[in-house]
Amino acid sequence: MKEDFLVPRIGHAVRETVPRMGMAARFLVSSLTAPVRRDFSFRQWLRQIFGLGVLSLALMVVAAFFTGMVLGFQGYYALVRFGATSALGTLIALSLLRELGPVLTALLFAGRAGSALTAEIGSMKATEQLDAMEMMAVNPLAWVVAPRLWGGIFAVPILCTIFDLVGIFGGYLVSVPILGVDGGTFWAQMQANVSFHGDILNGLIKAACFGLVVTWIATWQGFSAHPTAEGVGSATTRSVVMASLAVLGLDFILTALLF
Amino acid sequence: MNQRSIDWWVGIFVLLGIVALAVLALRVGNLAGFTYGRGYVLHASFSNVGSLKTRSPVKIGGVTIGEVTDIQMNPKTFMAEVTMRISPRIRLPADTGASIYTAGLLGEQYISIQPGGMPQVLSPGATITMTQGAVNIDQLIGQMVFSKASGTSAGH
Repeated sequence: MKEDFLVPRIGHAVRETVPRMGMAARFLVSSLTAPVRRDFSFRQWLRQIFGLGVLSLALMVVAAFFTGMVLGFQGYYALVRFGATSALGTLIALSLLRELGPVLTALLFAGRAGSALTAEIGSMKATEQLDAMEMMAVNPLAWVVAPRLWGGIFAVPILCTIFDLVGIFGGYLVSVPILGVDGGTFWAQMQANVSFHGDILNGLIKAACFGLVVTWIATWQGFSAHPTAEGVGSATTRSVVMASLAVLGLDFILTALLF
Repeated sequence: MNQRSIDWWVGIFVLLGIVALAVLALRVGNLAGFTYGRGYVLHASFSNVGSLKTRSPVKIGGVTIGEVTDIQMNPKTFMAEVTMRISPRIRLPADTGASIYTAGLLGEQYISIQPGGMPQVLSPGATITMTQGAVNIDQLIGQMVFSKASGTSAGH
C-alpha cells in the first residue's frame, strides 16, 4: 500500500476517524439512556460519585485556595494602579464563578479522575472482564459506563461549587487581612455585581457540561483501548490530553453561548 | 469500603455542595436582595438616566430602600420611565423628589429619594413628578473647557 501519498493518507485518516466518532456518539447515547431503560444500578452510581467526587474533594479545596489567593494578589497588583481596589472582590468572584472555577475543576477532574477511569475500564477490557459481562448478558455500557458518566455529570458541579466558595475565601484572606482592602467594600461590591442566574448558575451549567465531556472521553478511551498494557497506557495519556483540550475549547463555545 | 459508609460520604458530599451553593447565593450573589419582592411600585420619569440599570439601588440618605425594576423610554414624551420597587415599610410623602446620583467618581448610579413634608403619602403605582436626571460628566467637561476657552479669548 502506497502510504506515502498524501491523498490515500487523508482518505485513510477519514475512514479511521469518522466511524470512530460515530461509535463514540452511539456509546454516549446508549450509556446515558441506561436509566431511562431502567437498566441502571443506583448503588454503582453512588459508588462512582464517591470515587470521582468525594475522593477529589481534598485536591479541589487545596487548588481552589491557592487559585483564589493568587487572584487576590494579581488583581490587587493591576487594580491599585487605577485606585480601584474596591473592585477586587468583584474581580475575584466573577473570575472564579464564570471561568476559573468550572475550567480548573474540569482540568483537575480530568487529571485526577478521568485518567483513573480510562485505566480502570482499559484494564477491564484487557483482562476480558467486559467480554465476560456480555457473556453473562450484562450490558457493560449500562453496568460499567452509565454510573460513571452520570457520576461525573453529578459530581463536577458540586466540586465546582465548593471550588468557587473556597477560592473566594482564599481571595478574601489575601485581599482584606494581608493587602488591607476594606472588608465591607469587598463583599458589598461583590454582591452588587454578581448575579445568581447570570454568573453562579451558568457557571454550574458549564461545570455539568465539562463533567459529561470529561467522563465521556475518559470512558470511551478506556472502552476503545487496545487490550494490551501498552494500549491502556497510551489510552490513559490520550484521555487526559483530549479531555483537557476539549474542556478549553468547549469553554470558549459555552462562554459565547451562555454569557 | 462498604456500601453504608459510601452512602454516608456521598450524602455529606451532596450536603456540602448545597451549603456551598447557598452561601454563594446569599453572600456572593445578590439573591438576598430579593426582599423587595413584596414591596410596592413607584414610577418616575427622567430626562436622562445615565447608566442606571435594573437592580440599581434606590436610597434615602444613603440607606437602600428599594431597587429599580424596569427602565423604558416613553415614545410620547421621550422621557425615560423608571419603575422601582420600594420596601413596604417605607411610606413616602406626596411631594417626594427623586434624582440620579453616582456613587463616587466612577461608581454605579443610583436613585436618591428626597422625602417631602406633605401629610399625604404616595400610593402604590403613583408617579414621582419632581425628578432630576443623571449629570452627564462629558457635557460638564465640555462646558468647562468651552467657558475656559471663551474666557481666555475675551481676556486678550
